[in-house]
Amino acid sequence: MTPTLTSPPLPASSPAEKLTLAAVAAGLLALLLAWADADAARRNTWFWLAMGSVSAGTLAWSWLKYGQHPAGVQQDNLWLRASTGRGAVAWVTGLVLTGFYVVLYWFSDGDGKGNFGLLNNLVHPLDGFSQWLRAKPADQWFLYGTFYTVAVLVMGGRALWKYRHSRYQVIRTISVMFFQLGFSFLIPGLLQFFQKPEFYFNYFWPLHYQYLWPNDVHDLIKNGQALGVFMVFWGAVMSFVATPVLTYFYGKRWYCSWVCGCGGLAETAGDPYRQLSDKSRTAWRWEVRIIYPVLALIIIITALLWVNAAEHGDVLGDAGPVAAKWYGFAIGSVFSGVIGVGFYPIMGSRVWCRFGCPMAAYLGLLQKHFSRFRISTNGAQCISCGNCSNVCEMGIDVQQYAQRGAPIVRASCVGCGMCSTACPRGVLNLENGPREGRTQASPLIHADSLRILS
Amino acid sequence: MHLVIIGNGITGVTCALTVRRLQPEARITLVSGESAHHYSRTALMYVYMGHLRYQDIKPYGDWFWDENRLGLVHATATALNASEKLLTLDNGSTLSYDQLLLATGSESKLFGWPGQHLAGVQGLYGLPDLEAMARDTHGINRGVVVGGGLIGVELAEMLHTRGIEPVVLVRDARYWGSVLPPEEANLVDRQFQENHVAVRYGTELREILGDAQGRVRAVVTTAGEEIACQWVGLATGVTPNLTLAKTSDVETDKGILVDEFLRTSVPGVFAAGDCAQHRQPGAGEVPIEQLWYTGRMQGETVAHTICGQATAYRRGIWFNSAKFFNLEYQTYGQAPAEPTPGLSSFYWEHPAARAALRIYFQADAPHAVVGFNALGLRLRHAACERWIREYAPVGTVLAHLGAANFDPEFTRQHEKAIVADFNRQFPALAVALKQRKGLFARF
Repeated sequence: MTPTLTSPPLPASSPAEKLTLAAVAAGLLALLLAWADADAARRNTWFWLAMGSVSAGTLAWSWLKYGQHPAGVQQDNLWLRASTGRGAVAWVTGLVLTGFYVVLYWFSDGDGKGNFGLLNNLVHPLDGFSQWLRAKPADQWFLYGTFYTVAVLVMGGRALWKYRHSRYQVIRTISVMFFQLGFSFLIPGLLQFFQKPEFYFNYFWPLHYQYLWPNDVHDLIKNGQALGVFMVFWGAVMSFVATPVLTYFYGKRWYCSWVCGCGGLAETAGDPYRQLSDKSRTAWRWEVRIIYPVLALIIIITALLWVNAAEHGDVLGDAGPVAAKWYGFAIGSVFSGVIGVGFYPIMGSRVWCRFGCPMAAYLGLLQKHFSRFRISTNGAQCISCGNCSNVCEMGIDVQQYAQRGAPIVRASCVGCGMCSTACPRGVLNLENGPREGRTQASPLIHADSLRILS
Repeated sequence: MHLVIIGNGITGVTCALTVRRLQPEARITLVSGESAHHYSRTALMYVYMGHLRYQDIKPYGDWFWDENRLGLVHATATALNASEKLLTLDNGSTLSYDQLLLATGSESKLFGWPGQHLAGVQGLYGLPDLEAMARDTHGINRGVVVGGGLIGVELAEMLHTRGIEPVVLVRDARYWGSVLPPEEANLVDRQFQENHVAVRYGTELREILGDAQGRVRAVVTTAGEEIACQWVGLATGVTPNLTLAKTSDVETDKGILVDEFLRTSVPGVFAAGDCAQHRQPGAGEVPIEQLWYTGRMQGETVAHTICGQATAYRRGIWFNSAKFFNLEYQTYGQAPAEPTPGLSSFYWEHPAARAALRIYFQADAPHAVVGFNALGLRLRHAACERWIREYAPVGTVLAHLGAANFDPEFTRQHEKAIVADFNRQFPALAVALKQRKGLFARF
């Protein structure tokens, strides 16, 4: 039986806050106008007005909302607001995001004559910028990259104000903003400007699986010459050498919550939704059931493709390429994009990272079995309040460990550090230390040793 | 054995879990009228503030109880017949037991103020209080909080997040004067100021005034001030809940009287947690402990005795924690609020007044450290506990202060400044900092 806690009316936003929110709304309206307007000059105006208004409105709102209050944990009314508590606003946001991904993936392919389907009117306002950065006109992926980067930067600004009391969060937020802007946007653009292969130095196999597939490897080497060879080398070294070494020293966080673009979006634009991840044991079981098979699948497909490349389809036929195509559709597009981001407002910001990402699965295995990283619990100081579990975007029931005095060593932990930031009693701390005794509980409290952690 | 536990708070639940571990075959029943499942009392404020939902403050999933064969009865025990080992429940049924643990917790303490039963006047202890507060603070603009302790600041913060102006009445000349030395209390006061919460120190409640509908409309303080308000939170402490115990022969005083094995005067009946009063508390300990941590420890201890492994309750080295708005507080060992003969204390405060550390140590050589207060800093429980237990000299503790640093990575480290300050204040004991923070540094 749940107690009857009458939902209170939320405190009224100040007029200044309302003004900034109105600017965001006006910006979204302008974007709609740009999308619907056939007149090129006008839609350009609407488009840039929209970008400016949404960005400035969001930053100004964040400054008012978080910057104007004493620095500290600011979660008031998180579950009571419709936008962050799975209310009507959240469902509408989810539908819009999901719809955008569907349109982007399947209804906005270029026809070779500069038409980009349903997103055409939003692509062309970026032509000038794209020419300047990449020396070629914009396409739907450039539009997506621009939106994505703006989202990370603007919502990163919000995160910086919100978490300014924690240097760990501030530095980490700057890191994801830096990698998104530099490594996932400017550098790939500049590479194209110099007619080099578009390459993302912060994505590796098995997340960006094509980088170690025969086609991409051949293309990179053929078109990129020395730089292409370096890119293939870089990808292989990052996947097979740097990843185990860095994960050994720092846990998977060095990638998932500091460098990765998916993680970058989750930590910034997804931050208002982190509490929505399902903490139940059932969800954990599904996580294990899905994420490791995805990793196995991508390994098998990669192997098939290389076999295929070696024997030219003589033995296995088209098994490799067909599997690759379906993987790209089901995992690459539907899972990571439509579900991964579209469901932010309903299932939290890390649905893809938690249930689907093969890179996260790989890093997680390393983190669990070959790493010095753990989240330490401070003796017996836990009061079982549940704030740590609430803010865990990966759906880890952190509290189950903390209240037993046990360190948290979990494959899925991305090391965002929010449990430590939100803990009102200073109980949790992300630490790299000796591997001996890494999972040993504090003697200051006695673990109940019942089947809590299944 | 059928163990019945009255109360599903931290004490009762810890006892149940421990008995399940020690005696896998035991039949265990938890009885509570307050809630169907165990929830964390300390987290009530977060539900009010919208940080969490009620289901988020349940430390275990609902499946947990069945899987571990812990029977839950959602009813209030109204009478205890200890000679027949029989409980009467308010749902009309009875429950017999072999062993009984009374873990009935507390109720808010009232001091007979005129008007204390008006609508809109309450304490904050359990779920019914939270429901009342959620209901009665709708659309109001000012609430008065009476009490300068941990619940007082919580209530002020709760009201503050709803845009309701809190006014806090504190009896002592400073916040939590019985526990915090003036410097620490001053830092807490800075939090009140920063959050624009008015605090009246040296002021008590004289009377609560009602309107024609029987609702609170104002309070009158001992300074004679009348403060208009629509809600009053009484945070002047809690007292053991003896309602059930009083229906039986179990001996009570302020609490249910127990010996060091947490046995009451009646064989087969135990009491632990908030409701228990120790006949002979340990040196420097109080007879009634009303804390999450002590409730947990008592629950675990009594479980051993219930299972035939008689274990005396030893609290061990004291620790506690709290958070005052944005200021975290941890304390370890002996940390008196007033100067104590034979004890010296070293106090360091960051210039920005958001962090402070006090170390208590014996005035005589070898100046063994006895306690810590930390504000805005996180200390490692294990390190502090070990130093206190091993009578580590203050010089050793300061030289290795980094070992106790539990702040998150990249947090500014203050050890250098702290040691420099110590050397200024205690030149005769001057030390050099040898150990910085980090897990590796401990080895």
